[in-house]
Amino acid sequence: MTLREQFVIPKRYNTLSIALMLLGLVSIIVLYITTHGSAGTVEEKNASDARFWASLLQNSVYFLLVTNAVMFFICATTLAWGGWQLSFRRVSEAISTCVPVIGVICGAVLLAICFSNNHSIYHWTDTEHVKHDPILTYKAGFLNKGFFATWTIITIAGWSVLGWKIRQLSRSTDDGALNVAEGKKYMWNNTVWAAVFITLFALTVMSSIPWLWLMSINAHWYSTMYSWYTFASSFVAGISLIVLFVVFLKNNNYLELTNNEHLHDLGKFMFAFSIFWTYLWFSQFMLIWYANIPEETIYFKPRVVGAYSGLYWLMFIINFLAPLLILMTRDSKRRYSTITFMSLLIIFGHWLDFYQMVFPGPSESRVPSLLFDFGIALGFVGLIMFVTARSLSKVPLMAKNHPFFKESVIHHT
Amino acid sequence: MPVKKFIVGNFDDEAVLFPAVKKVRKAGYKIHDVYTPFPIHGLDSALGLRDTSLHTAGFIYGITGTATAVGFITWALTTDWPIVFGGKPFFSLPAWIPITFELTVLFAAVGMVLTFCYLCQLAPFVKKDHFNPRSTDDTFVLAVECTAKTNESEVRIFLENAGAKDVTVMNKETEWWLGRYDKDDSKLIKKEEQIS
Repeated sequence: MTLREQFVIPKRYNTLSIALMLLGLVSIIVLYITTHGSAGTVEEKNASDARFWASLLQNSVYFLLVTNAVMFFICATTLAWGGWQLSFRRVSEAISTCVPVIGVICGAVLLAICFSNNHSIYHWTDTEHVKHDPILTYKAGFLNKGFFATWTIITIAGWSVLGWKIRQLSRSTDDGALNVAEGKKYMWNNTVWAAVFITLFALTVMSSIPWLWLMSINAHWYSTMYSWYTFASSFVAGISLIVLFVVFLKNNNYLELTNNEHLHDLGKFMFAFSIFWTYLWFSQFMLIWYANIPEETIYFKPRVVGAYSGLYWLMFIINFLAPLLILMTRDSKRRYSTITFMSLLIIFGHWLDFYQMVFPGPSESRVPSLLFDFGIALGFVGLIMFVTARSLSKVPLMAKNHPFFKESVIHHT
Repeated sequence: MPVKKFIVGNFDDEAVLFPAVKKVRKAGYKIHDVYTPFPIHGLDSALGLRDTSLHTAGFIYGITGTATAVGFITWALTTDWPIVFGGKPFFSLPAWIPITFELTVLFAAVGMVLTFCYLCQLAPFVKKDHFNPRSTDDTFVLAVECTAKTNESEVRIFLENAGAKDVTVMNKETEWWLGRYDKDDSKLIKKEEQIS
């Protein structure tokens, strides 16, 4: 059997990705015009401006965390010495090349919000207000512009550089087969760099970054579950993204050595982490519901019983009930149609999840029209499609000299 | 309880066993079962066994557990003996989710273990005949069931050609029984005499 090792980007795919990016750009422009044209009081103008930036914030943070979660998937499986993912590892690597690109966009949006004169999204950036607010004064050591900007830049740069290093290591095997000593050295290097990435990941996505980027929208409120909850969201969506690309490549007759067994295991990840997400979602909710302390329940008021309740329960159905019931059977994880459908649904569902994390802050009593936000999301989808395909076409589709490659070929669930 | 006649091939390599299983099935002989010291991936599909329905049973047990928990707690805390806990309404679902979850897991786990034991006929004091004790140690045992038409020597030669290290003909009890191996041997021998 000859393997097709070089991915050639189909023309229609390229056109579609560029069209989606243009659609995203148009959505951003139209949204900017509609939110900035009207006259009104300063407060109304600020609220309208915040709605625009919140949309950019939600989309860029979501897609950055999702693509970065794919790199986390690579590193976690590398640390666990899991060989099964190697037949499609180049796909995950290609998706993770979106991190620097979306990272630049996301960093720019975050810094723009942080340093703007409109404090509707991040109340704690209003230094005058913080002086009269004992809670925010108390948190000022963490929630201040300097730390926010520095840590955001370090984080995005760190993810990009370490991701680049790990991809570089993977590509270093393409020249020729490794002997035993080289293989051992290679595995050692891989393990060390994966561990370094995971350490940074633990310090950022699993703790400080969701606090800074998302939880600080409700600066008075806090939850210790929040970062894990955000991580679980992005991880499920990241796995779904891998599934989509694997299915796409399989349908175009690439990835001959990836089969239903690999897809089945990815499906198990989607199933398991959907339930993990629900577990964190519910734990966060139940403790606050039970204790019933006003400063904590204020977070759930607009979400569970207020304007966002429809969105909130829709998201719960998409992110928990649908994966639980549909992905439960073995066949549905191995059939392209169901797994593709579920991947799309889960990515959309967790996008809604991020929506209800961000928007009740700047716009508590009214749900903004999701149309423009969805358009911007499609723009990011186009960007991910574009960047991923570019990176895929540059390197061989299979890391066939990796010491564990055979393990992946004979993988059996 | 029926005692049947089997032609038993003993293989010492997994790589030989797989093609042998395929050949035996292709030749149309009826494979009673294959006994291996450890689980072998893909052997079940090579033998043509259907997928287990144990997980369907597990799902039904789990749903039963969920229904039991929600049903009972609802009845107890809203109808039979309503108590106010921490100012919450009588019907306060979030507080019941942990118990519901636990009961779902409990029902599914216990139910599936019992179903598994039933399907495999495993229980204390239940005994089954085995063809070759080495199948619990280091060899792979393939048992071909004889029918009225089976030509013994033909099957024997067929198995040897397929790579069996040694082939024997045995009369074995296929069902389970209660008791002890050492005491029940005499019964088995009597039955064997009856059929041969």
